[in-house]
Amino acid sequence: MVDKSAEACTRCHQAGSPLERLAMKERTRVFRAGSGEPRMLGVINPIYNQPSCWTAACHVHSRAQTVLGVLDVTLPLALVERDILRGQAGIVVFSVTATAALAVIVAAVFRRWVDEPVEELLEATRRVAGGDLAYRIQPRSDDELGELARSFDDMTRRLSEARLQLFQSDKLASLGRLAAGVAHEINNPLTGVLTYASFLVKRTADRPELQEDLKVIVRETIRSREIVKSLLDFSRQSVPRKAEADLNAIIARAAGSVENQFAAAHVRLALDLAEGLPRAAVDSNQMQQVFINLFVNAADAMAPKGGTVAVSSAARTLSPVGTMPIKAALCPKRHSLLDPEVKVGGKPSIRVKVRANGSEGLAYLDPVYGKAGHRHAGSLESAAPALFSCPECSLSLMKEGASCPACGAGVYTFESPPKGMVEGCARKGCLWQRWEAVDGSGQTEFIEVRVSDTGSGIPKENLDRIFEPFFTTKGQKGNGLGLAVIWGIVDNHNGTISVESEVGSGTSFLVRIPVKV
Amino acid sequence: MKQRRDILVVDDEAVVTAAVARVCGQEGLSVDQAEGGPAGLAFLEAAEYRLVLCDVMMPGMDGFRFMAELEARGVRAPLVMATGYSTVENAVRALAQGAVDCLPKPFTAEELLAVVRRGLACGRLLSAAPGRPGADALPFVPCPARYHRLGRVAWASVEADGTALVGLDDLFLKSISGVRSIELSAVDEVLGQARDCAVVVAGDGTRHPVMAPLSGRVLRANAAADPVLVEKDPYFEGWLYRIVPQDLDLELGRLTPCSSDRA
Repeated sequence: MVDKSAEACTRCHQAGSPLERLAMKERTRVFRAGSGEPRMLGVINPIYNQPSCWTAACHVHSRAQTVLGVLDVTLPLALVERDILRGQAGIVVFSVTATAALAVIVAAVFRRWVDEPVEELLEATRRVAGGDLAYRIQPRSDDELGELARSFDDMTRRLSEARLQLFQSDKLASLGRLAAGVAHEINNPLTGVLTYASFLVKRTADRPELQEDLKVIVRETIRSREIVKSLLDFSRQSVPRKAEADLNAIIARAAGSVENQFAAAHVRLALDLAEGLPRAAVDSNQMQQVFINLFVNAADAMAPKGGTVAVSSAARTLSPVGTMPIKAALCPKRHSLLDPEVKVGGKPSIRVKVRANGSEGLAYLDPVYGKAGHRHAGSLESAAPALFSCPECSLSLMKEGASCPACGAGVYTFESPPKGMVEGCARKGCLWQRWEAVDGSGQTEFIEVRVSDTGSGIPKENLDRIFEPFFTTKGQKGNGLGLAVIWGIVDNHNGTISVESEVGSGTSFLVRIPVKV
Repeated sequence: MKQRRDILVVDDEAVVTAAVARVCGQEGLSVDQAEGGPAGLAFLEAAEYRLVLCDVMMPGMDGFRFMAELEARGVRAPLVMATGYSTVENAVRALAQGAVDCLPKPFTAEELLAVVRRGLACGRLLSAAPGRPGADALPFVPCPARYHRLGRVAWASVEADGTALVGLDDLFLKSISGVRSIELSAVDEVLGQARDCAVVVAGDGTRHPVMAPLSGRVLRANAAADPVLVEKDPYFEGWLYRIVPQDLDLELGRLTPCSSDRA
């Protein structure tokens, strides 16, 4: 007798009459025969009555019976379980490997795009904190980190400029005191020399052989007087007294006054002066001092073996774009926009308030027309349309209805007396500028003087500093004022001075003085 | 009766006083040398001078205190301030206190003599001015009341359009031996207050530098400023420059209002 309550039977024989149909899911079951035994799969297969069952001669099943019997199959699942285990292990190994590989890739990406820039920033921070304000990061991306690096560079650049300025003003203050003292102390003995010498020139009108020599004393004493004055002027940054003069004659005079000194040092001056140079409006004494200082520097660089200082002059016609300094900038309420605190290219920048995308910042425009070394403080979207205004009274500097012919953005404008209005594109990155008064006057004539030596050259790290007051490489022999004074004089003449140098092969100074002021 | 002498030179540097004595002595002028303010005052007790030449920076009593002492003692001699530290402040202050001119050190014999001759002439003109019978015959014309002057050298007049006119004081013109020519700075040059802005060449060829009363950029130089016109009408048609003043409020305050001459 079969037990109807056995494990394999209860599915159908739960109550009353047995079930005739079971869903597939109901017919299978997984079970363990006992703890520790492998799992088994049991499948109930009912055997249904077929017409052949009741019509065939061999069988006795009645036609009314639906289920003739049940075939219950049990299968051990040991093999299947082994396969499952194996598969699970595979999945674990794969996931671990994939995660590790992904981690390596992500780490590499991070390293390249995040770590290294951050590391560079950290290094820069350490260097700047250590006082190295010349250190620059090379930003290599346009993302936030690149922007951060650029802002950082901008910050250090401004810091170094501010420090230089502080340094310079400090030096200038002490120089001013020194100059005042020197002026007083030296002018009394100079008065003795100058008065007696000029008096003797008057009294020896009949002795030409004496007159020549006395006139040299008077001339050179007057030059000393101008030097003392220029020292005072330099410390007060005052304006030169300009008159039309022939720069070649000034160069020749400067050459004449160092001749003896040079002969003793085996230095030869080779002058190659262009003929027919236009006369330029300059302060002759100041310009003579510029050239004497440059000649003496060149000779010093070739000491002790000596050599040749090559001096050439030439007339050049240069476009005002990129050379003409903007020396005045006024808002409509006549506030000066020039900011002597923040210099661009060594000259006071033009400070304007910029509003774009709801954020506000300052921009420092390049004070050289068309040179476009503008500097933006704050993070303005590069392509955003910006509005410029006066930082003092907030009056708009935008030209109504005008648009930039280069990119169509808004146009700012300010007055630069006495030379009319300067206009430019207000979009960051667009370099368009127009200055009608200057454009209209055509190209600017310059006189260019080059002074070259074949001396020891200037190391790259010193090139930026040579025009600083009191910067000297000559130790006790120099006072570090020579090139600072030259720079001031040339700047006061609206000119430029630049230097090229290669260690071991020599240095070349290029002075450009505009013919018309 | 005090002794009459020509020049008293006061300077703490013996070489300067000796040089002045030598150059002026050669011109036939009698010169006394004082090494410092107190010594100078002692000389002034004993003699009357036609001109005093005095240094600014002297130990003990500086040039400005010396000037104040002269004022207090009623010394009428015109004074020229010589200075080795010719800052704008010194020059303007000296002229405002009544010095007739400034002489920046170091100077040549010619520059010294030019200033001395002009100083002596100023002394003559100024002493002739007040309290004389028939005072309408003033030997020089004072500047119009609304003008400001830098000593008795130059005047400035602020115009309605914000520019300023600059010209020569009549006493300056009368104190030189006629005007032969005037050398002017060019348009667009920048004048500095109390810095030389022009040279007046006198009839005898002496060159007299003129200090600018105000700082500013030259807008126009008077093309009509020929010597005759400047001498005839120094305060109106004979102006020298029209300038754009740079620091008007500060600089105007350092000048003497011409209205104060008419009290």
